[in-house]
Amino acid sequence: MSNQQVEAAPTQPKVENPRVKAMKDFYRRLKKNVPALIGFYTILILVIFSFIGPWMLSADPSDTDVINKFAGPSAEHWFGTDHLGRDIFTRIVHGMKLTLGIGFASVFMGAAMGIPIGIIAGYYGGKIDAVIMRLIDILLAFPGILLALAIVSILGGNLINVTIAVAIYAIPGFARIIRGSTLAAKNLEYVDAIKALGAGDGRIIFKHILPNVLSPVIVNATLYIATAILTAAGLSFLGMGAQPPRPEWGAMLNDGRSYMRDAGHIAFFPGMAIVIVVLAFNIFGDGLRDALDPKMKK
Amino acid sequence: MTVYIIRRVLQLIPVLLGVSILVFSLMHLTPGNPAQLMAGESAPPDTIEQIEESLGLNDPLPVQYWDYISGVVQGDLGTSMRYNTPVADEVWPKFVVTLELSIYSTILSIFMGLLAGIISAVRQYSISDITIMIVALFGLSMPNFWLGLMLIQWFAVNLGWFPPTGWEGPGSIVLPVISLGTAGAAIIARMTRSSMLDVISQDYIRTARAKGVKRRVIIYKHALKNALIPVVTVAGLQFGALLAGAVLTESVFAINGMGRLLVDSIIQRDFPVVQACILIIAVVFVLVNLVVDISYKFLNKRIDLND
Repeated sequence: MSNQQVEAAPTQPKVENPRVKAMKDFYRRLKKNVPALIGFYTILILVIFSFIGPWMLSADPSDTDVINKFAGPSAEHWFGTDHLGRDIFTRIVHGMKLTLGIGFASVFMGAAMGIPIGIIAGYYGGKIDAVIMRLIDILLAFPGILLALAIVSILGGNLINVTIAVAIYAIPGFARIIRGSTLAAKNLEYVDAIKALGAGDGRIIFKHILPNVLSPVIVNATLYIATAILTAAGLSFLGMGAQPPRPEWGAMLNDGRSYMRDAGHIAFFPGMAIVIVVLAFNIFGDGLRDALDPKMKK
Repeated sequence: MTVYIIRRVLQLIPVLLGVSILVFSLMHLTPGNPAQLMAGESAPPDTIEQIEESLGLNDPLPVQYWDYISGVVQGDLGTSMRYNTPVADEVWPKFVVTLELSIYSTILSIFMGLLAGIISAVRQYSISDITIMIVALFGLSMPNFWLGLMLIQWFAVNLGWFPPTGWEGPGSIVLPVISLGTAGAAIIARMTRSSMLDVISQDYIRTARAKGVKRRVIIYKHALKNALIPVVTVAGLQFGALLAGAVLTESVFAINGMGRLLVDSIIQRDFPVVQACILIIAVVFVLVNLVVDISYKFLNKRIDLND
């Protein structure tokens, strides 16, 4: 400790809340991560655009123009028209809300179920933990899109069921990550100290464990939105999600697949739209993880 | 090691039991009566009763589960509601196709992913590293069914190099395998890169360098061996994801595999077939993970085997 600090101490001891300091550190590192910022602003613009876009466009996504069907990209139809002569750009703009909505809603629901499960398993340990983790293992035995497919086969194919299916598919990932972080947080000395002071489980969990485990949740959620969007689009592509004439991007791709030979643009643009959205979430998620990773601190 | 393997195999039992219960419940959780589905909307009530009786649908659920699972263990996967034929006859030939597709795609993922990941790590922050990482990000963000459609458009329709659909002959497997394997390659490349970079910064590598060991030897003999350990786990998980992802690829390329059968059967509500497909994929995935876990412990002797 330097002399200056010792002298300054008696006048005004400035103690910064460690959590606030960690947040400041995190923002400082995130601001330096250019790709992460690009990802973040892309997401922001897409979200804003998904609300104001449909309002800016005069055309209706279901308006058909039979004379101009299969038209390639032009000044009038930026992304061309589909097999019914509907404007693909208009449909993509209208479909953005669906894609983002499914992504956010399913991850929110998955986190809302996965976080408590993970905390209970990690905090209470023992038999409760063993039972919960075995159940999670069972869910994890259905790889990739399979669990979502199985759930949709029970519930039937529509957008709400796809969202529920993708949310359930997200639960094991959240539960596992949170359990790990909870185990680590539970053994911190200050948690022991609070326990010794007589704090109840609820208070410890909500005031002390939860804030500590949130950063992996945020990273996982961001990256998971990317997976959720891909999975939901896949289900719609298979005809088990959004039903026509909804301008959902996976369903649009399904429309376009029959015309690959003569009108490839019908499938190209919705796919490109999916790639851009998913890419934005992946880049932002990567950046968040780097910014939150203590190993990256300089 | 033997103790670990036995423990790990025993741990499988509750998981497989749970998987089979979930799969069994598929038919019972779905709204509507399976017998009604089989007989059709306008079937007279006594026909439905007859079907219910023959399928054992009036028995208590545990009895039905027992009948189901003892059949499955003996290779009897039930009877297709659509074709009235044994499900096993329907599923196995198609499973072979899906398994081939997944294995080839996994091999492509591992090969491309390792190669790209090693180049990236060895030349960190170079143009090739940045290019590879950008391409990998795209690979990760692309829906495999869209990539498949684009590959058909470019290489089958425009250039005519490969057939656009089917799974016959060496030419026809190229596009489906690329389409399915790309995301896996991207994931493995990213994993390999970060794992290599982790290892390269460790003391023993610095020591080797200080001793004057050649760079090539350090990278391929000292670093890669340890860097591969986490990659093995990811590759195992990828195999499962590809097995499930084949559902989409088979649909795009009109490949007559299990994935397509599963989707058709879901749409036609042919539950015995749906159950069989889901059960087979899950069991294969669980077994592959078992092998991966065991090889993981084998590769990484530092891990406490009693853990």
